[in-house]
Amino acid sequence: MSEKGRRSPIDRLLAVNAWVIYVFFYAPIALLIVFSFNDNDNVSIWTEPSLRWYRAMLEDDRILGALRNSLIVAFASTIVATIIGTMLAIALERYRFRGHGALDGIAYMPIIIPDVTMGVMLLIFFFQAIGVIEEIFGATFRTGLGTITLAHIAFNISFVAIVVRARLAQFDNSLEEAASDLYASRWATFRRVTLPLIAPGVAGGALLALTLSLDDVVVTQFVSGQGSTTLPVYVFGLVRRGVTPLINAVSTVMLLASMLLVAFSLGLQRSRTRAVEEEDDLSDFVPGSSQGTKTG
Amino acid sequence: MTQQATPELEAAAERAKGWRGFRIALPAYLYLVVFFVVPLLLVLVYSFASRSSTGLTVLADWNLDSYARLFSTEVGRIFLRSLLLALTTTAICLVVCYPFAYFIATRGPTLRNVLLVLVMIPFWSNFLVRTYAWRFILGSDGIVSQISQAFGGEPIRLLFTNTAVLIGMVYGFMPFMVLPLYAAIERLDWNLVDAARDLYASGWEAFRKVTLPLSMPGVVAGSILVFIPSLGAYVTPAILGGARTTLMGDYIVGQFLSARNWPFGSALSIALMALMLIATLIYFRSGARNV
Repeated sequence: MSEKGRRSPIDRLLAVNAWVIYVFFYAPIALLIVFSFNDNDNVSIWTEPSLRWYRAMLEDDRILGALRNSLIVAFASTIVATIIGTMLAIALERYRFRGHGALDGIAYMPIIIPDVTMGVMLLIFFFQAIGVIEEIFGATFRTGLGTITLAHIAFNISFVAIVVRARLAQFDNSLEEAASDLYASRWATFRRVTLPLIAPGVAGGALLALTLSLDDVVVTQFVSGQGSTTLPVYVFGLVRRGVTPLINAVSTVMLLASMLLVAFSLGLQRSRTRAVEEEDDLSDFVPGSSQGTKTG
Repeated sequence: MTQQATPELEAAAERAKGWRGFRIALPAYLYLVVFFVVPLLLVLVYSFASRSSTGLTVLADWNLDSYARLFSTEVGRIFLRSLLLALTTTAICLVVCYPFAYFIATRGPTLRNVLLVLVMIPFWSNFLVRTYAWRFILGSDGIVSQISQAFGGEPIRLLFTNTAVLIGMVYGFMPFMVLPLYAAIERLDWNLVDAARDLYASGWEAFRKVTLPLSMPGVVAGSILVFIPSLGAYVTPAILGGARTTLMGDYIVGQFLSARNWPFGSALSIALMALMLIATLIYFRSGARNV
């Protein structure tokens, strides 16, 4: 601690390094946003501010169609992944059962594995699955919003589970035990005790899932079909061909939307309800409070 | 009315509780098996499959041809380039982020939280758009070039070079390095550093012999978290790289979406995953040692 408080040359150097990094983080984003309001057809020559490209964006049917697809996929996959992911977090954090370790390992694999391999896996899977479905049911089933949603649920379950589990680990299950000692049914215990305590984690996880789904390019590209482009995949196609002011405008909207969602999600994850804080204070005096600790 | 808690009853209660946990986990279990484990196994199966003359995958005549091709010079060159780029990205991130994380971790609690959130917001927000911003900056009439020309220099076009990809990767993956480093430095016992100083260690010695070894778990975790996505990067080279800078990620994608050689693409994916697995194992090993 003795180093703190004094402004040593090293400390000043550290501060400079930090501010340079923040500029590095935010300058490209800021430039993109500023130039999306540029009136000029040429992306990088500034003439005067205008909303021209935002108007063009709102009149572009392909962009609006892709946005619609993105929103459908994001909301559908978030709802399903939040429910399944929360259940997974509760099961892994509060119970020990056969296959616990295996599930614990598999649950985090979709996060570690690179997007490209996840995309490849699901491409082959849907290709085979569609063949099997056609053979058995004779029904034709094609890749599209359905397969994209199924793929997004697959990676979002893991992210929701991580966020909710971190929240669950903040308090042990003595409150839940107290509720059941007072003859609350399991469902009532869940609804009245567990759910309110983990609600910020669940909401934070859901917002993160929504963000990841709205942002995903790689996995989506592999499992989308004709006419089922999402906004990032459509923009990715445009970006590979070149830089246009229109892309700047679309990018700005996508970026601000995702930053806003992330900021909300982080806020929720960091919020600590009074119940949890009291629980923290009590936890030292509750026997067996180490139950929430993870293995390994 | 109340029964005596016998060991048998307790074991039965324990079993019932375990069974309940299993039922709660079941939807996730099934979902991950169907949409993750089965696809993973399918990739493995495909990597041994053969190919018809029209490029369709034939699930017969199992062979090791795709794996043999992994050892060709073409793949070797792409792999080496990816490895080098991933290692360079990791090294730059480590050197820049260690002092950065140290700075954040040694601020007061309020400022520390603000600084952390400022790292995490770009970290989770749209990766594609953040990479695209660099295309806008590094292009032949981009900001970098304009600044150079304003000072009477030549126009600089960094876009479509390895340097551009490197900048994009450092930019995209840096937060992966900051957060574990921060976590490791933040929970460091500063009394040990003070003790070293009291024993007449210079600032540098105290850092090298106390602070750095104690923050090693963060160094390892951060390096692997940057190394893994760098090695499999696809979006960054696709947007900022050129035709001569093919990396593992876009090479794999090419096998599926344009070359239509699924068995070879599968073998490449398996090889990439094997590398990730090794890196992850190193991560857990080092983590376990430092608990």
